[in-house]
Amino acid sequence: MDPGTFCGQSRVLVVAGKGGVGKTTVTAAMAQMAAGLGLSVLIVEVEGKTGLAAAFGAEDLEYDERDMAPRIRARSLTPDVALVEYLEEHGLHRISKRLVRGGLVEVVSTAVPGIKDILVLGKVKQLERAGVADLILLDAPAAGHAVSFLMSAKGLKEIVRAGPLQSQADDVLSMLTDPSRCRVMLVTLAEETPVNEVVETAFALEDRVGVDLAPVVVNGLYPVLSGLDADPVAAGADAPVLAAAAEFRRRRQELQQAQVARLAGALPLPQLHLPTLFTVDLKPADIDVLASALAAAIEALPARTEVA
Amino acid sequence: MSVADLVADREILVCCGPGGVGKTTVAAALAVEGARRGRRTVVVTIDPAKRLADALGLGTLTDAARRIDGDWPGELCALMLDPRSTFDGLVTKYAPDPDQAETILANRFYRNIAGALSGTQEYMAMEKLFELHNDDRFDLVVVDTPPTRNALDFVDAPRRLTRLLDNRLFRLLMIPARTGMRAVNFATQAFLRTIGKVVGSEVVTDAVTFFQAFEGMEDGFRRRAQAVQALLADPCTAFVLVTSPRRDAARETEFFAEKLEEAGIDVDALIVNRMHPRFPAVAPAATGGGLSSLYQNLADLGRLSDGEEAHVAGLSRRVGAPAVCVPELETDVHDLPGLSRVAGFVFG
Repeated sequence: MDPGTFCGQSRVLVVAGKGGVGKTTVTAAMAQMAAGLGLSVLIVEVEGKTGLAAAFGAEDLEYDERDMAPRIRARSLTPDVALVEYLEEHGLHRISKRLVRGGLVEVVSTAVPGIKDILVLGKVKQLERAGVADLILLDAPAAGHAVSFLMSAKGLKEIVRAGPLQSQADDVLSMLTDPSRCRVMLVTLAEETPVNEVVETAFALEDRVGVDLAPVVVNGLYPVLSGLDADPVAAGADAPVLAAAAEFRRRRQELQQAQVARLAGALPLPQLHLPTLFTVDLKPADIDVLASALAAAIEALPARTEVA
Repeated sequence: MSVADLVADREILVCCGPGGVGKTTVAAALAVEGARRGRRTVVVTIDPAKRLADALGLGTLTDAARRIDGDWPGELCALMLDPRSTFDGLVTKYAPDPDQAETILANRFYRNIAGALSGTQEYMAMEKLFELHNDDRFDLVVVDTPPTRNALDFVDAPRRLTRLLDNRLFRLLMIPARTGMRAVNFATQAFLRTIGKVVGSEVVTDAVTFFQAFEGMEDGFRRRAQAVQALLADPCTAFVLVTSPRRDAARETEFFAEKLEEAGIDVDALIVNRMHPRFPAVAPAATGGGLSSLYQNLADLGRLSDGEEAHVAGLSRRVGAPAVCVPELETDVHDLPGLSRVAGFVFG
């Protein structure tokens, strides 16, 4: 599939995955790829510091948009801020500051679980409707929580049966369930527990929320290195070390391939494979490498993905 | 102090760190070691992977400690945190009579607090820790903490509820209870109406009913929260920071360590799980000889180890504790031999 077509499928792409699988890395790579195609991108981060800004070599994100790279902006959108903004817009403007200091946010969000999530998603919907960017990437909360985050609209409709909050939930739900407006891209590693969790999350999201799932990203794969089977005897004294390191990588690749196959069997979604970069700190140059890998993986997808 | 000393001497070990680093496994391994060293140990797990839960005899969610038999002089029990039933237990304990407890337990606002208030799971983990510490059957409590991004969520958790109960809005809502609903002053009524318009009037009614039913119980909860805080600060409690050197986790751990430092919490031990093996560096041979991939691979893995080790060293300096490294195993740990293996790496 053409990467441009891929990016044009929906304006909002939610990137979700369990902690530690590289969700932020994938978000950054996706943004870079889209920007490289000439699209404007807005990244919305809903949790504390994720390291996204640092990966672009920028300062930490704030409520106001900040430039990350050419055509890439990013901002944070925390639930507390979203709630205050909402209350201000709905008749509590004069006293809202005082009430917030007095703990209103805690009481209201306890009385209506999911309200913070729905307001964050409501704000994202507003951004989507306003067309603030060609592609809006939402760096979702860690999986597990991602399900409840995206479920919040449905849950809320059962609690609040009328009023502005209900119409907000309706609007969010229609965005989430419209594949031409919003899709969810799950990220995982080729390891036992992350694979189990991504399968569970995928089914929960499809069955319980009704969102459209984009191909699943399998991150951190050892790049295939041909010639790993060469006999290192010519290296003399270094031979044992070279052999041990090669054996380690072969074994890891086998284990990863087994998990990739297991994922393919359990989850009927196309996969996008991203390589590990053998680094602990992500730098702008690394994002470029991953963006190219992502583009190549997307190009390898069939033009039209039919999902069973 | 080594991790072995902590397991031998302390009464509480709190395992904290970002999600996805194998915290539950490490907590369980520390508990196994406790039993091996003759201590009567209980480990509180939070949402363990299913096969590990099965290995620990926790196939079903249970708030009661289950005994795990093994070849050790001490004892090992495990339980899986059930925040809801722990919270219900607290309400029953502090309610002046069963009727009031019943009213609260059935209230929708309360059910939201018990099920969805952010920090409740953390709060109940700390509450459970307090309860088990006072339980004569155990002399070592190991607690896994919920995967939270903010380190303070669990340290701060007990205070969070008291803050909710103490807040000004609560006092405002309490006025009807004291003076009768009819006498509610005009300003409050107008305020509640406005809130009701936004979030729905049923929601407001639930909240008001909850706060009315809860009146008189805040003191009990507040004292309990203070006692839990004091226990966390007591020298008998040790904090073990568990992490992995992976990219996202590395970043989160820095943030985590920063928050712990701000909260004045000393990290007593640092365990870095899932380290890649370090292969000795060799100078690439001048002649290719078809071995370039082998050298490339060694360089890749070496670069990874360099990054991991630099990260571990920085973290170790920051928290002022030496790092204990556990290698990345080929498979997930789902049985007692696996836990013993992890313990073997931690305790050398």
